[in-house]
Amino acid sequence: MNTTPIVDPARPEGITAPRRAVLPFDPVLLLAVLGICGASLLTLHGANPPGVSPNYYVVRQAIYFAVGLALALALARVDYSRLRELKYGLYAVLIASILLVSALGSVARGSRRAISLSFFTFQASELGKVLLILAVSAFMVDRIRRVQDRDTTARVMLAALVPAALVMAQPDLGSAMVYLVAVLAVMFVAGTSWRHFAGLFALGAVAIAMVLVVAPAAGVHVLHSYQTDRLTAFLHPTDNPAKQGYQQNQSKIAIGAGQKTGRGEQATQTKLDFLPEHHTDFIFAVVGERYGFVGAALLLSLYALMIWRALRILTVSKNLFGALVAGGIVAMLMFQVFVNVGMTVGIAPITGIPLPLMSYGGSSVITTLLAVGILQSIYAQGRAAAALKGRVLTY
Amino acid sequence: MSYYTPEDRRPPTTPQMALRVATLGFIALALFAIVFFRLWYLQVLAGDKYLAEANQNRVRDRPIAAPRGDIVDRNGVAIVNSRLANVVQLSPSSLPKPERIAAATWGQQATTLAKHWTASHTARWRNKHKAAVPPLPPYPAIPVSLTGRFTSIGRVLHMRPTTIQQRVIRSLATLPYAAITLRIDVPGAMLDYFGEHKRAYPGVTPDTLFLRRYPERQLASQLLGNVGQVSPGQLKESRFRGVHQGTIVGKSGVELAYDRYLRGHDGARVLQVDALGNFSRELVRSRRNPTPGRTIKLSLDLGLQKAGQDALLRAEGAANANGNPSRAGAFVALNPGNGEILAMGSSPSFDPTVFTKPISVKHFAELNSEANGAPLFDRAIQGQYPTGSTFKPFTALAALQSGKFTPAFTVADSGCIKIGGVDRCNAGHAANGSVDMVNALKVSSDVYFYTLGLRLNSAHTETIQNMARGLGLGHATGIDLPGEFKGNIPDWRWRQRIAKVEAACRRKKHIPLGETYSVYLAVARGCGISDMRQWSEGDNVNLAVGQGDVQATPLQMAVAYSGFVENGRVPRPHLGLEIEDSNGNPIQKIQPAAAHHVHIDPAARQTVLEGLHAAASAPGGTSTPVWGGWDQGTYPVYGKTGTAQTFDHGIEYDQSWYVCWIQDTAHPKDPGLVIAVTVEKGGFGAEAAAPAARLIAAHYFRQKASFIQGTSRTR
Repeated sequence: MNTTPIVDPARPEGITAPRRAVLPFDPVLLLAVLGICGASLLTLHGANPPGVSPNYYVVRQAIYFAVGLALALALARVDYSRLRELKYGLYAVLIASILLVSALGSVARGSRRAISLSFFTFQASELGKVLLILAVSAFMVDRIRRVQDRDTTARVMLAALVPAALVMAQPDLGSAMVYLVAVLAVMFVAGTSWRHFAGLFALGAVAIAMVLVVAPAAGVHVLHSYQTDRLTAFLHPTDNPAKQGYQQNQSKIAIGAGQKTGRGEQATQTKLDFLPEHHTDFIFAVVGERYGFVGAALLLSLYALMIWRALRILTVSKNLFGALVAGGIVAMLMFQVFVNVGMTVGIAPITGIPLPLMSYGGSSVITTLLAVGILQSIYAQGRAAAALKGRVLTY
Repeated sequence: MSYYTPEDRRPPTTPQMALRVATLGFIALALFAIVFFRLWYLQVLAGDKYLAEANQNRVRDRPIAAPRGDIVDRNGVAIVNSRLANVVQLSPSSLPKPERIAAATWGQQATTLAKHWTASHTARWRNKHKAAVPPLPPYPAIPVSLTGRFTSIGRVLHMRPTTIQQRVIRSLATLPYAAITLRIDVPGAMLDYFGEHKRAYPGVTPDTLFLRRYPERQLASQLLGNVGQVSPGQLKESRFRGVHQGTIVGKSGVELAYDRYLRGHDGARVLQVDALGNFSRELVRSRRNPTPGRTIKLSLDLGLQKAGQDALLRAEGAANANGNPSRAGAFVALNPGNGEILAMGSSPSFDPTVFTKPISVKHFAELNSEANGAPLFDRAIQGQYPTGSTFKPFTALAALQSGKFTPAFTVADSGCIKIGGVDRCNAGHAANGSVDMVNALKVSSDVYFYTLGLRLNSAHTETIQNMARGLGLGHATGIDLPGEFKGNIPDWRWRQRIAKVEAACRRKKHIPLGETYSVYLAVARGCGISDMRQWSEGDNVNLAVGQGDVQATPLQMAVAYSGFVENGRVPRPHLGLEIEDSNGNPIQKIQPAAAHHVHIDPAARQTVLEGLHAAASAPGGTSTPVWGGWDQGTYPVYGKTGTAQTFDHGIEYDQSWYVCWIQDTAHPKDPGLVIAVTVEKGGFGAEAAAPAARLIAAHYFRQKASFIQGTSRTR
């Protein structure tokens, strides 16, 4: 039977899949990241320690951004799936680096968290966040058929608790909490039973009660008293405004004083140093004071955009490993953003968690950008795999 | 390129996974919503509050002390003013924490010691030993970290390091945040030295301070009072509302009574600070200039005041010449018409300048010691003495107004009268013969007034007491000075009350009742304020001549005389006349509270005045010799001497009294002048108090001053 192909007169060559140029990265995620980086540089201008150039932090942070973005772009071109093979190596590096820092690290404000290199102080616990997510996701993929087993949950939790306990001993409570949250998210995405989560939360509640109430009463101090004070100070901010409540109170004053559109150059809270750590942990308060509700809301929107894209990337991953890694990264970013901003606005405890990409600091910036690179890789791989199957991903 | 293992395969999205991803998304959404709403609250709803806090944060006020207002007399002559003195201060924040803790501990120890001391010494003992002060705990040693600093500061200021330590500890213990004044009136060279070597002396700041200056030295010292840094206790009082720590406020006398006007309002320099409290610059536009305090014009006449204090000293001298160990006294010169106090003084006096600088415990004890006559004690309003015969006019008025007696009531005065089996006699058993009321006042016949007292008062009719109380005795006169004592007009109720107190005291000290030796035991064990008997006719008789338990201050006597002279209008005595601004322009008149009225029968008043005038002018009058040569036609004197028995350490002394009203007939509308003078242990009224009163009157009416001692030996 001779048939005549249906030819659209407008498209004489026939209907074929449109061949679009496949971008090797998610442009929206990249834009959000670049936007946050720009906001960071803008905010750090003038937040210098007294007696040095106002661009002191800006220049250094810009270098960290450049290095981090270069690494992220490189990582985006690689298939992240290969990292699954390296799971034991990654885990070993994680534990070893934390131990190394504990042994050799320089002491900053009473805690041993970083190794001083000549140009850069390396904070192992920051990089550890990404390493742990990769390693635990790989473990989880190995045991995905027994994901509902109690055994699986116990092992994964153990894998998370070991590094968490090590960084807590440095002491770095914030990173330990990020570890736990990220690993819980990986388990959640992988499909761990709800009942296990319920059990874990119950255990966690009991543990917190033990650490904060029962153990001190029995004379055993798991947390340093300053940690307990900081964790609970936000519950009663006016108790001791000169001490634990001081930072949070000053931070609230700074943000509130920014009002709708900010105080710009009149921002005295930062300039006169009332707000400690305003270039690192409390940088969001600086944004709030200088740029007001408008600026702070804009910055939060950029974070929301970033998290939305990360969730989206989770769903387009070509394999389970990618989905789990993306889930861990989403949780890591979300937890850090919320706890940090919550701390500056006085609704979360002070834990020393940096605001990703905003807070000054190489380790945190580079780690976050590495995570972004991995997300981009998952995205690129997911698109490529879909293209192979003849599906076109839209976004 | 793709890398798959069997475990890693997965469908694009399982429904379970979708649910979990949606959950993650929902959590993210919820968290962002929370943060957004919190931001909205902080920045938009409560932004104003936080902006205000941020502005508050960066500025510190450094007060600029307001100069305190002057105190001037009625002619505008300064009695108290202020001068600027150079001082060197030490900032408490420059001291290490151990020093501040040591000071706080020391302060607590001092409080505890004072409490124990108060508990272990009765109020009576303390009243007797005014010089005694609670012991202070030993000062803590200078901490090693401060030894060098204190030594070097002391080398410049010519002070021993231990003295610096003591001042620092005392200041920190009482006012922990106020600058510590190390030395007052520092020579300029020392100040320059500190200015040039700022870095070598951290925390040391040269400053200026307004100090009180007393150009008249000892004049009216007790009633002026002194000033000092506001105490924590004062800060709680409503009259010191809004006063910040370290402010100089009035502590006693006029300074306290009119502190509200004298104080002024401190200004402030507004300094921008960083989080460490380092001053970056002054916000000049926000500077608030201090408002100087107002000037208070007093009703005092400095000339009369000086005449009064000199007269008192002269009276004491004359008493000493007579063999009376007098060292103290008081006088009041009052305008009976409006209650203005023209002069009021207490002897011995002191120079209040000593209180402008840190005063040593020893010096303070001297000012309070009885051996020195307790100069700080204001006898004019706090000295409670039995009034002696100066009380008799009140008895006479009460008798006449009761309707039971007429001026013609006559008693045959043989020198003594037997009452309740006891002979009661005139001083020296002088027999005055047959006396009527005018004569009885003239010669001060005790027998006549004993008789009146006996017949006038029964146990519960208090004709005499009512008259005395109506004229202002027995309760505070309401003068505009703190710390006035109210004296005592005894009656049966008062007797019952003190008997009850005595009974309680004796029960506590286990003293048996009703034994003969009980009284001695009671006195020995700190009781003995009453012999526990009921009101008796003896009390009536004593009251009628102002002896026994009657107690009044010189001011009360002046007020009471004014009351009957002014036909029952008992004036409210006052010192404050008006408030002026710092240039001397009047701002506000001070209105004393309204006078109090009591019924005085004009005829009775006339009789009593006749008697008083006779006492001061007629031959045989008790004070007639004192007024020898006085122009009785133009300035008639109506005066009464008084001599009251007082006891000091069991020895009987005579309290010399004189109260008089002097009329100015040249100016019929002028209410004249009431003078009350009392001299402790001064002998008979005519010997010491009356001549002093004449000196005061002579100054007031511009008469020749002559000091003539009377010879009358009456009570």
